[in-house]
Amino acid sequence: MFDSLAEMIALAETQKQPLHQIVIAREAALTDRPPETIWALMCKRLEVMRRSTEEGVSRPVHSLSGISGGGGAWKLWQQLENGYQPITGPILSRAIARAMAVNEVNAGMGCIVATPTAGSAGILPGVLLTLQEASGFSDEQIINALFTASGVGAVIARRASISGAAGGCQAETGSAAAMAAAAAVELLGGTPHQSGQAVAITLKNMLGLVCDPVAGLVEVPCVKRNAAGAAQCFIAVDLALAGIESVIPPDEVIDAMASIGRRMDARFKETAEGGLAATPTGRRLAQIIWDGKPSAELKA
Amino acid sequence: MSSKRLVSAFDIIGPIMVGPSSSHTAGAVRLGRLGRAILGAQPQQAILGLHGSFARTGKGHGSDRALIAGLLALSTDDPRIRESLELARTAGMAVTFHTVDLGEDAHPNSVEMILRAGEQEVRVVGASVGGGMVEIQAINQYPISFTGEHETLLVAAEDRPGTIHAITGLFLKYRLNIAFSRVERKQRGGEAIQIFETDAQIPEDMIEALEDFYWVLWARHIPKLLD
Repeated sequence: MFDSLAEMIALAETQKQPLHQIVIAREAALTDRPPETIWALMCKRLEVMRRSTEEGVSRPVHSLSGISGGGGAWKLWQQLENGYQPITGPILSRAIARAMAVNEVNAGMGCIVATPTAGSAGILPGVLLTLQEASGFSDEQIINALFTASGVGAVIARRASISGAAGGCQAETGSAAAMAAAAAVELLGGTPHQSGQAVAITLKNMLGLVCDPVAGLVEVPCVKRNAAGAAQCFIAVDLALAGIESVIPPDEVIDAMASIGRRMDARFKETAEGGLAATPTGRRLAQIIWDGKPSAELKA
Repeated sequence: MSSKRLVSAFDIIGPIMVGPSSSHTAGAVRLGRLGRAILGAQPQQAILGLHGSFARTGKGHGSDRALIAGLLALSTDDPRIRESLELARTAGMAVTFHTVDLGEDAHPNSVEMILRAGEQEVRVVGASVGGGMVEIQAINQYPISFTGEHETLLVAAEDRPGTIHAITGLFLKYRLNIAFSRVERKQRGGEAIQIFETDAQIPEDMIEALEDFYWVLWARHIPKLLD
């Protein structure tokens, strides 16, 4: 779509248009689809995103394997509904719950939208749907924000990677959080430049994060990393909107992520051979999964 | 590992899919779908070789169920992916899995599919490159590259002068715009596979028209992957 964020941001600045319009125009040119079709496709995705967040907070959702226990999002949501005052505040706490909700639905082989991947699918809906709830943004504004997010993700996919197997968790939850940060900045009235800064700040804070899923399943630690991604996103949004700049420009941060991903040992790239997957508990759980024993034994 | 292809907004926000993994589940469904389209029929037999991370963590991600679901033409968001092993049995598709080593340069999420239907047999190698995006990398002995993001036409033909001219003549007749085209061949004067990617839908009778050329070995329409 774009080779660099610099190119995307410069276009927005010279044409005096928000990032989402630049992305929609490029998508239309690239795919030869009319803007109405493109809009309808994104509309459908927002619906699925909303359904997956609601599903995960309204009842305890359990994964097929059972290793992550499940129901985390529902537990936190219950706390919030019962008047618990979260230390992370009313907005971040609900974003975290929604982010975990989507990931738990995913682990239960439920229907989600990969944003950019299934393992990191909670962050973007968690952030955007909570901002919508808090500030009353229209669906139209949220759909625009999704286009901005997609433009950022496309640049990361082109220059680096959005695959844990190729670039570690930084490439999945890092990319998702960076996409959400750019979108949130735009939604909250920031400039295209500030969106770029939010991408840089988010990714910098998530560089080097390894992909070390227990038994190779998208559960442990993925569910909680979605919560962490939402938090990193909000940090970057507040910094960028305050006019704080990243010393390293966004495209250079993306390139650094690519370089770290290439040099990352294969044990830390979704192979379930290192990190948390290689801990005694991680190995014990993997053994149970791979031996095909019933999930009831996991609780022992 | 950077992706040099053009990335659409819906490669990033999407696919809409049944979990748990975009690369191991949704990507695997898409690879199965492309394999089926390259064979040109529903396979009666599928011998699936899993490489790297597909072999190591595929079972826990349901990659096996997902590949079979794709061979049965299910979509990435179809809840029946979970039951695809059962569906394959009912449909009379015999499936076996094994681990393969496709070499150090192969993407960690790669699969080798040997698919048979009647007299037809094809060997397809493909990779799930992240976020549900896929790439077919070999058909039979030919290295090849296409992604299923466009309507795709594959034409295996004798490598001789004038073939591209004849084929593009058909494109003119059917008023189809070619977005990308490439020729892959093993050796000069042997066989070549020509790949055409188009924006508009490729009509099925164009395949028949192509197969009427005596120098065309086979032609396939690979429908665009939708979700």
